[in-house]
Order: sequence, then C-alpha cells, then structure tokens
Amino acid sequence: MMTTGPLTAMFCLLRRELILAGRRVSDVLTTLFFFVIIVSLFPLGVSPESETLRTIAPGVVWVAALLASMLALARLFDEDYRDGSLEQMLLAPQPLALLVLGKVLAHWLLTGAPLVLISPLLGLQFGLSAADLKVLVIALLLGTPSLSLIGSIGAALTLGLRGGGVLVSLLILPLYVPVLIFGAGAVEAAASGLGADAHISLLAAILIIAFCCVPWVTAAALRISLD
Amino acid sequence: MAEFVSMGGYGFYIWGSYLVTALLMVVEVILVRRRRQKLLTRLARISARNSQESSERKS
Amino acid sequence: MALNLFKLSSPASFYPFAGRLIPWFVVLTVLLTVAGLYLGFVVAPTDYKQGEAYRIMFVHVPAAWMSMFIYVVMAVYAGLALVMNTRLSTMMATALAPTGAMFTFIALWTGAFWGKPMWGAWWVWDARLTSELILLFLYIGYMSLYAAIDDPRRAARASGLLVLVGVVNVPVIYFSVKWWNTLHQGASVSFGQAPEMAATMLMAMLIMSLAFWMYTIAIVLMRVRCEILERERQSEWVQEAIARERGNG
Repeated sequence: MMTTGPLTAMFCLLRRELILAGRRVSDVLTTLFFFVIIVSLFPLGVSPESETLRTIAPGVVWVAALLASMLALARLFDEDYRDGSLEQMLLAPQPLALLVLGKVLAHWLLTGAPLVLISPLLGLQFGLSAADLKVLVIALLLGTPSLSLIGSIGAALTLGLRGGGVLVSLLILPLYVPVLIFGAGAVEAAASGLGADAHISLLAAILIIAFCCVPWVTAAALRISLD
Repeated sequence: MAEFVSMGGYGFYIWGSYLVTALLMVVEVILVRRRRQKLLTRLARISARNSQESSERKS
Repeated sequence: MALNLFKLSSPASFYPFAGRLIPWFVVLTVLLTVAGLYLGFVVAPTDYKQGEAYRIMFVHVPAAWMSMFIYVVMAVYAGLALVMNTRLSTMMATALAPTGAMFTFIALWTGAFWGKPMWGAWWVWDARLTSELILLFLYIGYMSLYAAIDDPRRAARASGLLVLVGVVNVPVIYFSVKWWNTLHQGASVSFGQAPEMAATMLMAMLIMSLAFWMYTIAIVLMRVRCEILERERQSEWVQEAIARERGNG
C-alpha cells in the first residue's frame, strides 16, 4: 500500500484545518475583531487629529497585527494536543516539518489573510493615501506569514503549559522585532517618499528564510514537547 | 577625598552605576550561597530519613 | 592531573572538580577588579570631552560584552546538549542564564546613567542600547520557559532550542535595530564612537572585562554545582558528598 506523498498529506491537513475552522467561524472572527478594535483604540488614546494619526498609522497597524497573530497562536496546536491528533501527526510517515507547514499555512489563512484584507479599511481610518495603503497591504502580505511561522515555534515549545498564552508572547515578541521594524518602516518610507523597496525585499527575505528553516525547528520543538 | 567623590560633578552618575553593579553582583553571590545551604540541609534531611527507614526495614 | 574531558562531562566527577576551581576564580576576580578600578580611577586621565563621566565605561562596556558573550556560550552548551544529550551541558546553560540577564541589566542601567550626563536623557533609543534591551527580553523568555516546564528533561531541551533560535536571531535583530536607528537618526541621539582611548583607559577596560569573566566563571560554577545536586539527588554519590559537606560544612 503506497503511503500518501508528503505534499498530498500536507494539503489534506490544510483542508482539514480549514473545514474545522469553517465549523467554528467565531474563532476566526474574534482574531479579526481584536485587530480592528485594537487599531481603532489608538485614535481615542493618542489624538484624532489627522496629522499625528498618519504618522503613527503604520506602527499601530503592525503592532496590532503582531498581537492578533500571537493571540491566535494558542489555537495552532492546543486542540490537536488535547485530543491526541497531534501525536498521530508525529507518528505519521510523512515528514513532520511538512505537516507543520500545512498547519501554519492554515493558521495564516485563518488569521493573517483576514488582517491583510481588512488593513486598507483601517488605513483609510488613519488617513493614509492610496499609495501608502498599497505598500501597507504588500508589507502585511509578506510579513504576516513569517509572524505565523516564527510564532509556531513558540506555540510548539509552550505546548500544554499552564499560562502558556502569556509565555508565548514573552518568547516570541523579541523574535518579531525585525518583521515589525521592516514592516512599519516600509509604509513610513513610502509615505516619506524614500520608497519602500528595500523594506519589502527584506521582509520577503525574512519570509523565505523562515519558510525554509522554521518548519524543521517547530517539528523539533514538537518532538521535544511530546516525547 | 571630597574631590574624588564628586568626580568633577558626575559623582552621582558614576557611583550610582558602580554601586548598583557591585550590589547586584554581591546579591547574586549571596543568593547562590543561600540556595546551596538550603539544598544541602534539605538533601541531608531526606537522606537521613531514608537511612532511618532502611534501618527500620532491616530490623 | 589528567584533564580527561570525557570523564569531566559526568556530573559526579565534575562536581568536586568545579568545587576545587571556584576559589581560584574568586581570587582572580578580586585581584583583577582591584587592578582594573585602580587603573580606571587613579591612573586613567580625565577625558577632555567627557570629563569624568566616561569612567562609567569601565563597567558599562564589559557588562555589555559579557551579556552578549554569555548568551552565545549558553547557545553552545544548548547545542551540545541537544546533539550529545549530555546532562551537564544543559545544566551549564541553565546556570549561565541568570548571570547573563544580570549583566544585561547592568549594561542597560549603566548605559542610562552614562547617557544622562552626556546626552541629557536617561533612555536613548540608540541601536546598541535597544538591542541590549531586546537581549534582556530573550534572557527573561529563556528563564521563564525553563521555569514553566516541570519535567527537567523537557525544560532543558525546550529552552535549549529557544536559545539556539534566539542566538540565530540576535544578529538579525541587531541589524534591523541599527537600520531602524539610522533611519530615524534625527529623532534620537546615538552614542557615536567610544571616546578616543588613552592606553590606560583601554587597559583598565580590558582588565575589568577579564574580572567580569572570572566572576562569571566562579558564580556559574557555584550555581551549576547546585543544579547538579538538585538533579542528581537520588544517586548515592550525592549522599556521600552531602555527608562530607555537612561534616566540614
């Protein structure tokens, strides 16, 4: 009996995640609403006056994206860990790294992609021009997958720990700093006319490196947490 | 001596940083030693109880 | 004394060996510190630009170096532990973390105390200070992960993996912070170059770095001996060690 190829296994795991999430749409929406609420709190906190809003807009959107994707990390492995399907994944003949990649891709589709889609709306709320919004969307499109990837390491390391949610933020936020700096910097550079190509290419570089290396690290972290 | 302490007016900053550095290092040493003492007493008590139990089992 | 590295990797033989080493490093620490402070405060001239404030450098720079160096040494031990699965290297990594975190805090504290007289601000978003702050978060993340996991074996391996991921990220973080700092150069004042070094200033700083190095080795050896006792408390050599220790303790 030919075991299913690694890629088909990955995509069927991806499909499973999407179906599961489809049954509980509220989980997906909570992350999205969390992102929207956080972003709309800042004008109340800082000042409604459009000039300051425009300068803080990239930073606010990016920090909110960071927090939203980190909040959703808990859902990445915890349910599978509790009902034992995570162990099945570890025992599966297919390489664990690819299965992890499938799960992280699903996590990004459910949390990262909605953020990217809604961010222009929030950008308008902050008075960003159309060109800046385009750069914001591109930067988020490149940045949020690496957030999910890097975050998966933290989720795997703190599997099943009490107080795991807070712990993940402590472990992972320092590692998010480069993505935050280049992401927020991209929009700001575009707004100030410097052009954001450098930042975008650096974000893409981080994404490629994360895409290639992180699944193996997360697989190792899962083996450590579950052995 | 006063001139040395005042450090050309920057005394507060210089001695502030040196004092905190020295304080932290001393505190760290004290913490490790106290941890060691507590550990030794606890392990001694455990081993005493074990040997006492084993002697009861033998008799 | 045949320094057989393999024999030393077993906690049972490392424990007495470390015990014999500690006094030497304590003596070295004290001697080097006294020499460094004497050179730094008595021999070194007054800096024409910064007056006396630059003398904070004799503590600030060694602490910053040590904080970075200890993190790399932790990563080496963590790597060794994951590859060779030796218990002692995980204990060394765990024993190093608090001292590294302390040196990072000292570097930040003395950096602020140096920045205040020189640039009028307690906290300057300088690239090096900011990366030092992020390094402190990495240390705290390491220690809290280690504390959060009850099973010591899993705790050691999980935090070992975290410190390996961290050490790979430190250069990336430093590069991105430096990039971010130069972009916003107008907003923040950076430390600029260290003051031109008279020979005695440089010598004092190097001696202080050595002193901090000896201090680190001494304190980490002491802490790793506690780790060994805690981890190996079931084995009978620990019972004898305790009996001997209690005997002359």
